[in-house]
Amino acid sequence: MTAPTYDLGKLHGGLRLPGEKAASTARDILEAPVPEQLILPITQHVGAAAQPVVGIGERLLKGQLIAEADGPLSAPVHAPSSGKVVAIELWPVSRRHGEKAPCIIIECDGEDRAIELAETPEPYTSLQPDALLQKILQGGIVGLGGAVFPTAQKLMQATTAPLTHLLLNGVECEPFISCDDMLMREHAMEMLGGTRILMHALGLEHSYVVVESDKPEALHSIGEAMADLNDPRITLKQVPTIYPSGGEDQLVQLVTNREVPSGGLPTDVGCVVQNVATAAAIHRWIANNEPLISRVVTITGDGIAQPVNIRARIGTPISDVIGLAGGYTERANRMVIGGPMTGKSVSTDQVPIVKATNCILVLSKLMPLAEEKPCIRCGECAAVCPIQLLPQQLFWHACADNEKQLRAHGLTDCIECGCCDLVCPSYIPLTEDFRRAKARMQELADEKARAERARLRFESRNERMELEQTRREEELAAQKEAALIAGPGAIRDILERTGKKDRQPSNGDPE
Amino acid sequence: MWSTVFLAIITITGIALAAGLLLGYANRRLPANPDDLTDRVNELLPQTQCAQCGYAGCRPYAAAIVEQGEAINLCPPGGDDLAARLADLLGRERIPVAGTGMTAGSMACIEESLCIGCTHCRDACPVDAIIGAHQFMHTVIKQECTGCELCLPPCPVDCISMVSAA
Repeated sequence: MTAPTYDLGKLHGGLRLPGEKAASTARDILEAPVPEQLILPITQHVGAAAQPVVGIGERLLKGQLIAEADGPLSAPVHAPSSGKVVAIELWPVSRRHGEKAPCIIIECDGEDRAIELAETPEPYTSLQPDALLQKILQGGIVGLGGAVFPTAQKLMQATTAPLTHLLLNGVECEPFISCDDMLMREHAMEMLGGTRILMHALGLEHSYVVVESDKPEALHSIGEAMADLNDPRITLKQVPTIYPSGGEDQLVQLVTNREVPSGGLPTDVGCVVQNVATAAAIHRWIANNEPLISRVVTITGDGIAQPVNIRARIGTPISDVIGLAGGYTERANRMVIGGPMTGKSVSTDQVPIVKATNCILVLSKLMPLAEEKPCIRCGECAAVCPIQLLPQQLFWHACADNEKQLRAHGLTDCIECGCCDLVCPSYIPLTEDFRRAKARMQELADEKARAERARLRFESRNERMELEQTRREEELAAQKEAALIAGPGAIRDILERTGKKDRQPSNGDPE
Repeated sequence: MWSTVFLAIITITGIALAAGLLLGYANRRLPANPDDLTDRVNELLPQTQCAQCGYAGCRPYAAAIVEQGEAINLCPPGGDDLAARLADLLGRERIPVAGTGMTAGSMACIEESLCIGCTHCRDACPVDAIIGAHQFMHTVIKQECTGCELCLPPCPVDCISMVSAA
């Protein structure tokens, strides 16, 4: 096996958090059976909603396209199993904005019949990078690390910049989540296959697979798979277990010691970061022609009887997979989708698993936190901030709703990792305040953009009206001149011809 | 020694005189550009173009504030918040907005079954947010409507109502 390398860059701040991953990694990944019903939101990615291309009552096969990408930033959706479309309606989903979203609801027939392939998949090496990117776009692949940015568009954007490295993000730094860990343990080959496809699509000759030190099993199985593959272009890299080193910009800094500029992207420093699960999904699509219709989800927390990782079809209701994990315990009290630091609470287990769902966390009753106290400006938050922001300053300016200062202090670069919350001795919910301040800033920016558009439209309308006015005046002047040149005789002739002899022209004589 | 003192006095006086003349000339030949200030005032205004201030739009109102010293509290959509910002910018006293009118966040909606296609509302819209031709149904471009309510009075069949923009 190949040994991992350790030379690393510097990362500011961060926290060593308890992993809480042992419970869910004790068993192999469970394959979830076909559920009775699949609920597929048409927006499972960043960008414009996909447009449904199936009607109610239509019979579907597994892998069939049911909603196509719409616009420059979008991703298609495919049917995860065979069945019939029973409705396209609003359904509760787990999302940051709003609780319900349009979904395509499929009643499965249980046969799980796959769509017939028009042609056998050709090897990716025979495809040009552009064609390969187009193919990735059709697979509905999005970033499975949590941001769900359409992968093809991310790669297309990346090809416009000079690149040096591809980073495979196997740093699953948030407590409780272990789906990438299990995927790397059991399907390291798939992930490495995806890495090679990505390198071909980007025309890169070097890539790093980055895994945290608390995943020895994953490191071992990747090492073995790499030895089998014997591809010198791929290097395995081990990084220390510090939250939030799995953030895209943080990972780039840690591995290459290059800092992503404020407001910039990793491509600005020549790097592309892809999640390991995304790479595996790309391999499944390009090599096996299976679009993104399933993913590994961690079901864990002290509210779950038998925590486990499950490969479930996208659209499976959460209640089904919780049943597979032994159901709830008596202590189950609240449910979070995502990790404990960045996840989002949901109130119902009827929400479906979507492409973004990496973890379902059911926890017991929350210990009541101590009351929020005034900031004592101890600076603990600034010490742990991985972006090197000054949360205590941001907090003041957020309270004062001072947009200018918030921008000057770099609030837009905050990744909402929650480290400052955890260390605050005054129990100030800083991340929540920052989230709200960000939303407010966005609101103000939208308002400004809208006002600017209205101003431009108003001005161009005024310009147009003035132009029309001068044109009309010119036309009238020209007509008058023509009449003067022709003389009164001509005017009389015209009037006679139109049969209006009775009405004499009032100003027949030229002045 | 006295000659040194006189030399110093003459030099300093000379520099002061030259600088004074230069500044005086610059002040006369390069007058302060009121357009800059008008632009900055205009930037603060909400751009609804609703004409509730008594001027034909936001830009004319901004010009009136700067050039004729018009009151800064005539804009109901901007509210007290805007009046305060204007006061800060212009160094005037903060005063609350006079009267109430439309507020931001609403948009016009044409009841399409009632529209007779008279084009009156289309011509009244200050931001060209209504489309329609003579004797054809009209409609509002949702994204462009500023909610100024200027299309309401000209409508002969009262088929336009204001709805929440959200």
